[in-house]
Amino acid sequence: MIVSETVTLAVAAAVNPVPWARAQMAFTLAFHIILVPLGVSWAFMTLIANYRAIKRGDHDALVLAQRWSKYMAVTFAVGAVTGTVLSFEFGLLWPRFMGIYGDAFGIPFAFEGLFFFTEAIFVAIYIFGWRRLKPWTHFWTGVPIVIAGVFGAISVVAANAWMNAPAGFTMNANGEITKVEPLEVIFNDAMPLQAAHMVIAAYLVGGFLVASVYATGMLRGRNDRYHRIGFTIAFTVAAIMTPIQMGVGDALARWVYANQPVKFAAIELVPTTASDVPETLLGRLTAAGTISGGIPIPGLASWLSDPATGKSTVVQGLDSVPVDQRPTVRETDTVHLAWDVMVGLGTALFLLSVWYGVTWLVRHRMPKSRWFLRIAACTGVLAVITMEAGWIVTEVGRQPWIVYNRMKVEQAATANSGVWITFLAVFVLYAALGVTTILVLRGMSRRFRRAGGFVEGDTPYGPTEPAAAGEASEAVEEPTP
Amino acid sequence: MSTTIAVVLLLALAAYAVFGGADFGAGFWDLTAGGSQRGAQPRAVIERSIGPVWEANHVWLIFIFVVTWSAFPSAYASIMLTMFVPFTLAALGIVLRGASFAFRKVVVTLRSRRIFGGAFALSSVLVPFCMGAIAGGIASGHVPSGGKAGDPIDSWLNPVSLVTGILAVVAAAYLAAVYLVWDSRHFREYAMGEYFRRRAVASAVAAAVVAVVGLFVLNAKASHVFDGLTSRALPSAILSVVCGVGALVLLMRYAARGARVLAVLAVAGIIVSWGIAQWPFLLPESLTVSAAAAPSGTLLTLLVAVGLALLIVVPGFVLLYVLHQRTLLPEEGTEDIGDRPIITGG
Repeated sequence: MIVSETVTLAVAAAVNPVPWARAQMAFTLAFHIILVPLGVSWAFMTLIANYRAIKRGDHDALVLAQRWSKYMAVTFAVGAVTGTVLSFEFGLLWPRFMGIYGDAFGIPFAFEGLFFFTEAIFVAIYIFGWRRLKPWTHFWTGVPIVIAGVFGAISVVAANAWMNAPAGFTMNANGEITKVEPLEVIFNDAMPLQAAHMVIAAYLVGGFLVASVYATGMLRGRNDRYHRIGFTIAFTVAAIMTPIQMGVGDALARWVYANQPVKFAAIELVPTTASDVPETLLGRLTAAGTISGGIPIPGLASWLSDPATGKSTVVQGLDSVPVDQRPTVRETDTVHLAWDVMVGLGTALFLLSVWYGVTWLVRHRMPKSRWFLRIAACTGVLAVITMEAGWIVTEVGRQPWIVYNRMKVEQAATANSGVWITFLAVFVLYAALGVTTILVLRGMSRRFRRAGGFVEGDTPYGPTEPAAAGEASEAVEEPTP
Repeated sequence: MSTTIAVVLLLALAAYAVFGGADFGAGFWDLTAGGSQRGAQPRAVIERSIGPVWEANHVWLIFIFVVTWSAFPSAYASIMLTMFVPFTLAALGIVLRGASFAFRKVVVTLRSRRIFGGAFALSSVLVPFCMGAIAGGIASGHVPSGGKAGDPIDSWLNPVSLVTGILAVVAAAYLAAVYLVWDSRHFREYAMGEYFRRRAVASAVAAAVVAVVGLFVLNAKASHVFDGLTSRALPSAILSVVCGVGALVLLMRYAARGARVLAVLAVAGIIVSWGIAQWPFLLPESLTVSAAAAPSGTLLTLLVAVGLALLIVVPGFVLLYVLHQRTLLPEEGTEDIGDRPIITGG
C-alpha cells in the first residue's frame, strides 16, 4: 500500500519537470561555482609565486608556480566542461525563458565567451610554455588569464544580476521583445555590486582553498619553506579580501533592501511590514506566518537597512505581496538559514584573517599556533560553504521569479517530462567527476611529494638556475615505484 | 543585419566543425588504436597534438549557443525543446570527454589511463554523432517554429539525421587523421605519419560514400535543402568536393601540408553549403532568418562582440597555434619525476 503510494507520488513528481529542472540547474551550478574561484584567482596566485621565482631566483616558489599550473590545468578543464553544460542547460531546462528573453539575457554571454576564449588560450600557453619560453615572456603569458578571468566572471554575473534587475528592453503587447538597449542590459542596476561581490568571493575562496591544503600539509609535519610560501601567498590573498568583501556585501544587502524588498524580507525573516525590526539569528518561519525560535537582536535589521534612520527604518514584510509572488515558507527558511551561514562564516573567516594580519604586523611572520593551522586547514571548505550559502540567498531569495517581477520559474521551464532522468544522469556523472577530480589532484600531490623535485636537465627556464640542478640530481636517485 | 549574423553563425559552425571536429576525430582514432601496447604510440601522438588546444577549440560551441540564443531566441527555444535528448547526450559526452582527457594525462597507472582513455574516446564519437544528427533534424524540417517542441525521438533519429550524424563522425575522423599526419611528421614520428596517412585516405573515401548516400536521402526526405544544394549552394558544394578530391590526391602523394588546407576547406565547405542550401530559412520551411532575428540592439551588440573577438581572441589564437606548431609548448610544465607513466602497472 505504502509502496504503491510512493510509486504514484514518484511518477507524479517525475512527470512535472519543474522541480527536476530546478534541482538540476541548482546542482550543476553549485558544482561549477566551486571551480570558478580556482579559475579566476589561482592564476593570480601562481603569478605571484612565478614573479618571486624569477625576481629572486627562489627555487621553492618556482616549484610551487609550476605545480600550481599543473593542478590549474585539471581544475580549469573540469570548470570548462561543467560551464559548457550550463550553456546547454539554459536551453534544455529553460527554453521558454530563453525563447522570450534570450535577446536581452543572452547579451552578457557574448562577452563572457570572448573572455573565456582569451582565458582558455592563455591558460594553454602558460601551462604548456614552462620549458621553452623565456622566463619573463612566460610570466606575461599568464597575465591575460588573470584579467580575462575577472572580466569573464563579471560578464556572467551581469546576466544573473539582470535576472534580479531586468532592464534594457521594450516588450510589446504580445510579450515579444521589440527593442534592446545592450548597455542597459549589461550595466543593469544590480550588476556592479553583485559582480564585485562574486569576483572578491572568487579570490577569497580560491585563496582559502589553496591555503587550507598547505595548512594541512604543515599540520602533518611538512613544515618546510615550500609549504610556508604556498600557504602565505594564498592565505594573504584571501585575508586581504575578507574585509573588502564584508563592505561590498553590506552594500549589496542594502541594494536588495531598496530594490528586492521581498527577497530582503526572506533574508531577515520579516513576515509583516514594520519598523524596529529585529535581526533574527537562526529561527524559522511557520506556516502561520510567525517566527519560531531564533535569537532576536532588537532593532538591528532596521538599523542595518538604513543607519541614517536607525531603528525607525521600515522593512517591508513578506505579506506585502500575494502568496504566489513571494518565496514559499520553505524557501524563506532556506534563504534565512543560508544568510546566517554566510554572514556567520564570513565573519569567522574575517576574524581569522585579523589574527593572521596582526601577527604579521607585530612579529613579521605567520602565526605558529597549531590552533591557527587547524582552523586554517578548514578555511577552504568553510569558504566554499560561505560562497554556496551566498549564492543560495540570491537565487532562492528571487523565487518564484526567474526574471524578477516579470516571469516565473514555472513559466520558463521545459515541458519535457524526462528531466528527472537527465537529473539523475547528471547527478551520477558529476558525483563521479567530483570524486575523480579530488582523487586525481591528490594523486598528483602525492607523486610530487614522493619525487621531491624536477627530473635532471628538465628544470623550467633551463639551466640558469644552479640551485635547481643540485636538488634535481638528488631527486633522480629516488626510485619511482 | 540578420543576414550578417546568420553568416557569422555559419562561419562559427564551420570553425567548430574544423577545429573542434578534429579534436573529436582524434578521439575516434584513440578509440580504434588497439590494445594498450599497440595503441601506445598513436595515442601519444594524439595526446601531444590536441593537448594544448582542445579547451580553446571548445569555445566555438559556446559561441554558437550564445549567438543563437541572443540573435534567434525563439528558434533556439524550439531547437532545444525538440532536440532535448541529443543535446543532453552531447552535454554529458562533453563532460566525460573533456574531464577524462585532462585526467588521463595526469594519472600514471595503466588501469586508470585505460578507464579515462576509454571514456574520452567513446564520448568523442558520441558527441559529433549527436551534433550531426541535430543538424540533420533541423535541415529536414523536424524542428517547428514558435518555441514549440517537435517529436523528441524522430526529430533526430530519422534517415537524414542518421546520415548527417555518421557524416559528422566520419568527417571529424578524416580531419583528425589529416592533421595527425602533419603533426606526426612535425614531431619526427615518421612511422606514425604513415599510420595516420593510411587512415586519412580510408576515412576520406568513407566520408565520400556517406556524402553520396546523404544526397539521395536528402533528395527523398529534405527536398528543400536538396534543391538548395543543387542550385544556390551548387558552387560551394562543388568547391567542397574539389577540395576533398584534391586533399585525397595530395595524401596519396604524401603532401601533408597541402592536404591539410584542402581537407579543412572541404569540411568547412559542407557546413557552408548546408547553410546556403537552406537559405533563407533558419528552420526549414517554417521560420526564416529575418523573421527569427532579435531586435537590432542585440544584433549590433553581437557584431561588436565579434569585432572585439577579431581584435583580442584571434591574435591570441594565432599565437597559440604558432607556438604549438613551433613545438614551444611541449607539455604541461616540466616533467616532474613522479609524472612518468608507469607502463608495466603500478
